[in-house]
Amino acid sequence: MATITTTTMIMPMNNTMFSFNIFSDLKTMLQYDFMLHAFQAGTIVAIVAGIIGYFIVLRRSSFAAHALSHVGFTGAAGAVLIGINPIFGLFLFTMSGGVLIGILGRKAESRDVQIGTVLAFMLGLGVLFISLYRGYATEAYSLLFGEILGISSSNVLITLIAGIIIAVALACFYRPLLFVSLDEDVAEAKGLSIFWIGILFMLLIAAATSIAVQVVGVLLIFSLMVTPAAIAERLASKPTHGLIISVLIAVMSTWLGLFISFYLPYPVSFFITAIVFLIYILVRLIPYIRNLAFQKHYQKQI
Amino acid sequence: MQKRWENKFKMEKSYIITVKNLSAGYSSRESNNIVFEKANFSIAKGEFVGVLGPNGAGKTTLFKLLLGILKPISGEISILGEKCKSSNCQTNCKIGYVPQRHTFNSESMIEALEIVRLGINGRKMGFSLPATSRKEKEEALEMLKIVGAKELAHRPLSALSGGELQRIFLAQALVGNPDILFLDEPLASLDIRRENEFVKLIKKTAEQRNITVLLIAHNINPLLPVLNKVIYVANARVLVGDASEVFTSKFLTKLYNSPVEVLRDSYGRIAIIGAEEGGHHHDHDHDHAHE
Repeated sequence: MATITTTTMIMPMNNTMFSFNIFSDLKTMLQYDFMLHAFQAGTIVAIVAGIIGYFIVLRRSSFAAHALSHVGFTGAAGAVLIGINPIFGLFLFTMSGGVLIGILGRKAESRDVQIGTVLAFMLGLGVLFISLYRGYATEAYSLLFGEILGISSSNVLITLIAGIIIAVALACFYRPLLFVSLDEDVAEAKGLSIFWIGILFMLLIAAATSIAVQVVGVLLIFSLMVTPAAIAERLASKPTHGLIISVLIAVMSTWLGLFISFYLPYPVSFFITAIVFLIYILVRLIPYIRNLAFQKHYQKQI
Repeated sequence: MQKRWENKFKMEKSYIITVKNLSAGYSSRESNNIVFEKANFSIAKGEFVGVLGPNGAGKTTLFKLLLGILKPISGEISILGEKCKSSNCQTNCKIGYVPQRHTFNSESMIEALEIVRLGINGRKMGFSLPATSRKEKEEALEMLKIVGAKELAHRPLSALSGGELQRIFLAQALVGNPDILFLDEPLASLDIRRENEFVKLIKKTAEQRNITVLLIAHNINPLLPVLNKVIYVANARVLVGDASEVFTSKFLTKLYNSPVEVLRDSYGRIAIIGAEEGGHHHDHDHDHAHE
């Protein structure tokens, strides 16, 4: 995000060809610094997004995640305008937006209107910031769709530190957060503070969004934060299994997306979103296929 | 465990819940509304208490006040010898609560056992160690066995019927070894046969573990064989007594401030017939609002 001047969304033309030997291909790929950084940051972001995404899906807060990423866009645009690193603007705005949403809507299930109002205002502000900025539109473009191939080593470090903080916080609050997410009223009766856990969760979404924006951008944040988790929710009967599945799908899709994009002249974020969406569709098809098989089986018996 | 039982024995004679001059209300756009005023009652250890009354009279509000989720406009509540100020107080760990509705996703694939486990470890920070985790799982399974739902342990929540879910929630409320159970309309989604079964199950478990039960219900009849006490919430008042005291024409007529007739059949089952119950109720509420 810091080296925003050279926005290379699409892989520079390279002469390397896919050789069907994955290890030698990977070796070639990782000789390039930008590829190495992309894999490093992409993996960290995918792990964090996979974990927090599972709670987002359990709490049905995907709109909040969506809104916060857009709020982050406004923050980043504002930072660019006053000439500081966009990631700081992103952090500041997503964090304060998260707290605001948490305060306005106490219960997770009834938040969408409050989120909508905050989102609309923030996007309006974003439009203003962009119109005031006289630089190149590519910066806004990279914020919207991600810039995974333009990540510097210092950004990888920031991402790693933020990722560790988020993961540790989530590990500490794992059970209370799970309790509140699955069974809000009982958790409240047991003395857990829905309000403070809600705020904390919003802050964690905000932080995770800020680092994920580098990889998939503001508009495609769902591809790492919601879709893998939605797949996991369909498959897992235990929360721990859900978390593992969610993380695995997010990481694998990011790796595969990066791998493919090295050979094809199309954006990485497209490949990542396409892969997770494809898996989601396949998982949703399973019950239909199972039912169809059951019907056939039953009809044969008569 | 032994110590727990000894403590329970020491508290045997004392009241476990005491409510003094409790009033509940909320402020809305139109007016200040009083839900009920000056409730006074005490509940002794091990009692089975039915909480009854018409819709919207404040039965759930009473539970939320006792749990500390809502704040009273005046009055005092003490539970297990401690004055309860907010839901953070330690006493809440000793209360098992089954709300009227649960908020989880109706398509959730999470298995029933996980929901029960949250009753044990839902408040703890971090992950459990493998040994603790195994112990928790065993405890949860044991509790599911007690409520007769062991075979449901690994079924997803979305695949369970209303009656099956009630057993799971009961297990969740019981698994933390509570001293008190608050059950908000647990019989609502059950057919007549299951109603009776479920009441018997609650009574049996409560007796074995010396648990005090407060149960909100619409129909008094399935509860009649097990009740020690009735809290009747209606017409902005909360009255307490034996089932035989409360369910008389005279008592309820006085409470509702309008003619109410209580009929009993040869089995002792009760039917309450009221004239203009709704209208009077509303008028009364309105009067309070202007006080």
